[in-house]
Amino acid sequence: MTRQRGEVVVETRDLCMHFGGVRAVDQVDFTLFDRELRCLIGPNGAGKSTFFKCLTGQLTPTSGDVIIRGQEMTAAEPFEVASLGVGIKTQVPNVFDGLTVEENIWLSARRWHGDSRARSLTAATIERLRLGDIRRTLVGQLAHGQRQWVELGMVVAAEPWLVLLDEPAAGMTHEETYRTVELIEEINKTSALIVVEHDMQFIRMISRTVTLFHEGRILMQDTMEAISADPRAREVYLGHRA
Amino acid sequence: MLRQMRPTLVYALLGIVFMFAAPHVLQLFTIINLTTAIALAILALSLALIWGYGGILCFGQVAFFGLGAYVYTISAINIGGSTWAILIAVLLTSAFAAALGYFIFFGRVSDVYLGVITLTVTLIFFSLIRRTSGPEYKIGKALLGGFNGVSSPPINLPWDARTFLFPEQVFYVAMAALILCYVFVGWLVNTKFGRVCVSIRENELRSELLGYDVRLYKLGIFTIGAGIAAVGGVMFCNGVGRITPDVFNLYNAALTIIWVIVGGRGTLIGPIGATFALFYLTSALGGQSVLNNNLVLGVILIVFVLLVPKGVAPTVIDWVNRRRRKRPVRSRRRRRGRAEDAR
Ligand SMILES: Nc1ncnc2c1ncn2[C@@H]1O[C@H](COP(=O)(O)OP(=O)(O)O)[C@@H](O)[C@H]1O
Ligand SMILES: [Mg+2]
Repeated sequence: MTRQRGEVVVETRDLCMHFGGVRAVDQVDFTLFDRELRCLIGPNGAGKSTFFKCLTGQLTPTSGDVIIRGQEMTAAEPFEVASLGVGIKTQVPNVFDGLTVEENIWLSARRWHGDSRARSLTAATIERLRLGDIRRTLVGQLAHGQRQWVELGMVVAAEPWLVLLDEPAAGMTHEETYRTVELIEEINKTSALIVVEHDMQFIRMISRTVTLFHEGRILMQDTMEAISADPRAREVYLGHRA
Repeated sequence: MLRQMRPTLVYALLGIVFMFAAPHVLQLFTIINLTTAIALAILALSLALIWGYGGILCFGQVAFFGLGAYVYTISAINIGGSTWAILIAVLLTSAFAAALGYFIFFGRVSDVYLGVITLTVTLIFFSLIRRTSGPEYKIGKALLGGFNGVSSPPINLPWDARTFLFPEQVFYVAMAALILCYVFVGWLVNTKFGRVCVSIRENELRSELLGYDVRLYKLGIFTIGAGIAAVGGVMFCNGVGRITPDVFNLYNAALTIIWVIVGGRGTLIGPIGATFALFYLTSALGGQSVLNNNLVLGVILIVFVLLVPKGVAPTVIDWVNRRRRKRPVRSRRRRRGRAEDAR
């Protein structure tokens, strides 16, 4: 059911993240292959973001392992995960509000390259994401959707081989959402992706293997069509929205 | 880089002109007083760096200033010359800050506790050194002298311990130190290191998610800031002629913060200017007895926090930019972005 394209790049084994009595993530075994595009869905509070934070080092799991490209990353700091070449976008936009769009993106490119290469990569990224008109605007003055794009720009400018996006289309207009889907497809030509999303329209547009979270566990993992047709999935998730 | 450095270099040039003109125009008494103000301006510059650019609100920046002054004084007495003493003062103070910073940043201590810890360290120095009156408290040849402090040997020519500098010459040295530190910091905040520090100030998690080890950058800027404060301390005890534990008191710790608030975070020239302005305001107030000094400073602080929260320099820059924006398109130039940060 998963399209296997070579090596496993992300793996969790028996991953648990408990907050007191709340089992936000519980015994999750997860595998992502190279160049795969995977969507994580599930109702609010299902544990998607918590799982995401365990992958990115923002949370240290209660138990279990996170392995990225063969490296044990369970207790790693976020910068160590990012330093493997992983691009990360959080659910709540994290951008540098007091700096310009250009410098936000430059800071990402500069992590990996010298000054002149970083600058040309910044220019290319700004062009690619069509941020040219606002390149010198402070990010704090932008609308929510544009800030999301700046954050996507930072992810892209680092040229990551693995991209982790938590609700990238939240708060975007229909047009922006559509372009985000295009961008994700484009990123997927060279990188593996995990996209956490709540919005079903969005997931249908991407339409790949979908992992359905429910109460901290993986309930199903299949194509979107199969999940849409499954009564259990309808009950926990689709039922809420229908 | 040169474009971003331009305002810094312009101010540095003005500083050089002032440095050579002042001794011809001003009285010796004023020059000696100025040396003290310059030393304090270096302290303000160091906090402008780590707070204004690094986002680290250190309540005890004056601890590094005082430590630098004490280490200089004690080393100069023991060595019998100032050249090594200055180096030792800056390096030892930086090393102390690095050790303290290691526990703070690698222990991921929160911002509030960072303020508390640094202030506590300052007050510990204050009470410890106050208690060192008596012949048993000495380091090598230097008596610590308790609350009376130690008198500081003046700076001598490099590697020539017998030719001491006169007060005017110490003024030149202090002014040169301020200008060099200012240009250095102005350059630093435009390097990759500086920009990453600014990004950490803006959003620590994002910097981390870009792959920067935030702890290391914070430790770096904190240590450099302490080294600069130590330079200020060395100039201070030269200007005053002695160093006492009062340098570590709460008043001085608060004053440093006030300079940066009044001058403006995110600029360098602002806090430097504010230091001179407040220094002369307090000396002027010292000559009268109608208004209490602390009361006036307190009122200034409240006025700024409420009415000019960004501080003088950023407010002026905003105002100038807004005026320029209203002018015809022809005179518009690229002005937003990094250049604003570089002043
Ligand atoms: N830091 C935390 N402390 C306590 N409970 C938390 C914390 N973070 C998340 N939770 C709980 O974990 C569950 C999963 O949350 P989350 O991962 O944000 O869900 P999702 O992203 O799928 O909407 C929720 O019940 C939430 O209240
Ligand atoms: Mg979430």
